[in-house]
Amino acid sequence: MTQSYRIETGGLINRNKKISFKFNGVTYFGYDGDTLASALLANGVHLVGRSFKYHRPRGFFGAGVDEPYAVVQLYRNGETEPNIKATEQELFEGLEASSVNCWPSVNFDIGAINNFLKIFLPAGFYYKTFMWPKSFWYKIYEPFIRKAAGLGVASTKHDKERYEHKYEYCDLLITGSGPAGLASAYSAAKNGAKVILAEDKPRYGGSLLTSDVNIGNQSGKDWADGIISELKEMPNVTVKNRSQVFGYYDHNMLVMSEKVSDHLPKTKKYHPNKRLWYIRAKEVLISSGSIERPIVFGNNDTPGVMLSSAAKEYLKVYGVLVGKKPLVFTNNDSGYETAIEFKKHGVDPIVLDSRSNPQSEIIDEAKNLGINIKNSYVVVAAQGYKKVKSADVATISEDKKTLGKIENIICDCICVSGFWTPTIHLASQSGNKTKFNEEIDAFVPGASKQNETTLGAANGVFTLEETLKTSFEKGKELSKKITEKDNEISIPNVVEKKYSKHDRFWCVPLPKGKSYKRFLDFQNDVAVSDVEIALREGYRSIEHVKRYTTLGMATDQGKTSNLNGLQLVSEIENKVVPSVGHTTFRPPYTPISIGAIVGREVGRHSKPTRKSPIHNWHEEYNAVFVDAGVWLRPRYYKRGNETLFEASKREAKNVRTNVGVCDVTTLGKIDVKGPDAAEFLNRVYTNAWLKLPVGKARYGVMLREDGIVMDDGTTTRISENHYHMTTTTAQAANVLSHLEYYLQLVWPELNVNVVSTTEQWAGAAIAGPKSRDLLQKLFPKTDVSNEGLPFMGYVEGDLFGVKARIFRISFSGELAYEVNVESDNGRFMWEKIIELGEEFQIQPYGTEALSTLRIEMGHVAGSELDGRTIPYDNALEGLLSKKKDFIGKRSLQREAFVAEDRQRIVGVIPLDKKTSIPEGSHLVKDANAPLPNKKLGHISASCWSVEHDNPFSLAILKDGKNMIGKKLFVMSPLKNKVIPVEIVSSHYVDPKGERVRS
Amino acid sequence: MLHIKCPHCGMRSQNEFSYGGDATVKRPALNKEVTDQEWDNFVYNRVSPRGKHLELWQHLSGCRQWIKVERDTATHEIFNTYKTNEEIA
Ligand SMILES: [Zn+2]
Repeated sequence: MTQSYRIETGGLINRNKKISFKFNGVTYFGYDGDTLASALLANGVHLVGRSFKYHRPRGFFGAGVDEPYAVVQLYRNGETEPNIKATEQELFEGLEASSVNCWPSVNFDIGAINNFLKIFLPAGFYYKTFMWPKSFWYKIYEPFIRKAAGLGVASTKHDKERYEHKYEYCDLLITGSGPAGLASAYSAAKNGAKVILAEDKPRYGGSLLTSDVNIGNQSGKDWADGIISELKEMPNVTVKNRSQVFGYYDHNMLVMSEKVSDHLPKTKKYHPNKRLWYIRAKEVLISSGSIERPIVFGNNDTPGVMLSSAAKEYLKVYGVLVGKKPLVFTNNDSGYETAIEFKKHGVDPIVLDSRSNPQSEIIDEAKNLGINIKNSYVVVAAQGYKKVKSADVATISEDKKTLGKIENIICDCICVSGFWTPTIHLASQSGNKTKFNEEIDAFVPGASKQNETTLGAANGVFTLEETLKTSFEKGKELSKKITEKDNEISIPNVVEKKYSKHDRFWCVPLPKGKSYKRFLDFQNDVAVSDVEIALREGYRSIEHVKRYTTLGMATDQGKTSNLNGLQLVSEIENKVVPSVGHTTFRPPYTPISIGAIVGREVGRHSKPTRKSPIHNWHEEYNAVFVDAGVWLRPRYYKRGNETLFEASKREAKNVRTNVGVCDVTTLGKIDVKGPDAAEFLNRVYTNAWLKLPVGKARYGVMLREDGIVMDDGTTTRISENHYHMTTTTAQAANVLSHLEYYLQLVWPELNVNVVSTTEQWAGAAIAGPKSRDLLQKLFPKTDVSNEGLPFMGYVEGDLFGVKARIFRISFSGELAYEVNVESDNGRFMWEKIIELGEEFQIQPYGTEALSTLRIEMGHVAGSELDGRTIPYDNALEGLLSKKKDFIGKRSLQREAFVAEDRQRIVGVIPLDKKTSIPEGSHLVKDANAPLPNKKLGHISASCWSVEHDNPFSLAILKDGKNMIGKKLFVMSPLKNKVIPVEIVSSHYVDPKGERVRS
Repeated sequence: MLHIKCPHCGMRSQNEFSYGGDATVKRPALNKEVTDQEWDNFVYNRVSPRGKHLELWQHLSGCRQWIKVERDTATHEIFNTYKTNEEIA
């Protein structure tokens, strides 16, 4: 295919590098520096998709971020991404893209039948139609909406690209590298301020790339190039292209998405695809420019109708003619710039100006070039289905209400200019109270809320001279405040054409007897008639009108539609626009890929992974790991083809018969030190702590102030003023914060310090009837007899030259010890235990066996201490001191907490002694009762009891105390199980606790 | 994201802190007889003001100190921050 709409020379593209790409399966050629949009237009392709609701043909409307139509599905390096604007996507060799919203093809789209049924799809259609009957939702409505909705398909594959986050601080963040951005960046940089200048497009310069102006003795573009290269050389300046500042958050934090690799066929090695910058700026200068607004007329969504500024950009930047018989429809002088560009390239445009007798320099220039100008003329409707073929035009009366006789003009594109709308999104996001500027019929920033200043066109200043002057001055003034430097800058002379006043005219009336669709929102197919319906049905707030009609709700966020929508509401409601107000601008300004937001925090990077110092040994011995909080713990050690069930049973059984060893490094450990440590523990724990002797451990339970159990664990008195507290793995961080809260805020008079020592100690639990024999081998010089080291005793020992702490505590219910050594000696300790334990048939055991052992003992853990249970519920009321006060004690008097039939922990056994009980199942009295079946309790933890060789579960059951011996049913609708069970004591093994003391 | 001045460390990003609720709540003294109402007020009942609010934050990923922050709940403006033992103006 030839690029028949490409002019011979000119533009900023690199004609020496031809690039091939595919669109909807057809191969085309473009040049290096093209966007997908400019390359398609160069090939005369205007039809790129179908509209959202009516599936009307869609072409290109803009040339950048404001594009509402040309959203495509992109294929790059084996990946696919939806919702890509063809006007922003840079061309690269091998690029492939396809249309969205059409089936089977963009040329013949079944969904277009909606277009002919459009009478059935007016505003509020979804709300009114998909209401009843309820049963229709799943089968009819939802699939219909799902099929109709969406702008492309997300990939279901794992994203191989890498995304980075970066945190940056600067003095001035400047958003946009047009004249305002360049001038303010330059003067601020010269004052030594740390400046970040962000440009969303690949090329710097903004409007200077396309406007016919001179700055100093250079063209606007050459001046921009010079400033940029100077800024790039300065060490205090960061200049970034392809970088969109899309969100303005609290305390001058802005977020910018940098497209690092999207313009390349493939991301370079070690490069991210995108980089998200979190920028904290002392001052923000918003120089985001303005977007041309459309004029509303019949069939104004036909491919070939586009913004006049876009037509000019395609010509000046890309050397592409959007048409060869252009019609320019304008209400201001901008349209003439486009017309002149066409004329200069040998194409004869016709200009329709809604004004009756406009006079200005640029109009004179157009006249001198012999351009055909028709004043008081408007486009009534575009004609043509997949592409503009002609335009119905007419004269319009001075009051803009009456059309003259309709004439038809042959044309292949209609370039529209309805004047300019400042891009105030960022200012508004920052909390700026915007105000309506009657001069330009648009909102501009008002009083700043944060340290933000808006400059140039974004501030409603449309002359280059004033923009440069205010921007140089503002950059200087703000940087001076920060750096206290005051570098003089001479402001260059500007040569530009003066504009005459635009016409306050935005919508062409319908001719008698015609019902053309006149679109306001091009992406969501919202027409004038839809807004009229919404108002007729009583919607008044602009926010409600927006939601009812979906005006401005699409991915383009109404960049081209907002103001015209407001004009319409104000006209019908007979209110001035400022009293209608505008809808809230919310970040992101433009769609941001999920990958960029997530950054590197995916997979195992989604949170830190902590490994015990013994981790490598576990790996070498075939451990299968499980996430325990932020830790990785061995779940079981796989032998041969063993299943989880078989392995954990073997490991648990070996603890009950011989001896096992478990890595308990992950347990939270907190050093509590100071003369008031005992008093502090006495307030934190529910039981008594003042009389615990040195060298003894005690089990303790701590509550929240609302009486709910927060955590449990043993704490050991290492020396007079030094305690070693342990917490559960999951609650370690919360407990530390909790202790700090009381020490710093509630009882600052207590002389106590707390510090986490979790990572400082490696721990091994040695459990089983043969554990003492093994311990004696490990510590031959230490008396580890029942008298020398009784239950809950503590001694320090020497493990072959390594200092160790030995605690006689048990989680498994067996005779057990816990040995701690400094982390670096963890693996040494572990290997010694394994080596010397061989003669006692030692086996390492993982968390699954650990759970089995604690469940059948009736020891509570995280699944019972779930933030909803009080001590009584866990049969821990024996640990509540009556003699002293403690955190949460007063709450235990609450009526519900002392109720006779309060929930309580029980054991549960299936009657058949075979069926495993799913955790989370409900306990009910009658399995056949009608739904909702009254829940009496829930299964908190399940295991296969190795002691009794049958399933056993723990449950929190209402009136559990009086339920022992009763028969109930376990119901698990998720697993579709109903299991008859018997309620038993939660202490299924060694109820008297003799083993731990043996 | 807020920018909070830790009175011990200086300006830091919000993601170094954790929120701790109303800083004006006083825990009843230990062993003191309190009515149900008084206890409920301490544990559960909080006003949710629009505007100035004195609240607790902990500089969790920093000095680990609990601090008091005077913040506007509607605009997020931070007027002042205090150490726990500091007199509040
Ligand atoms: Zn701090």
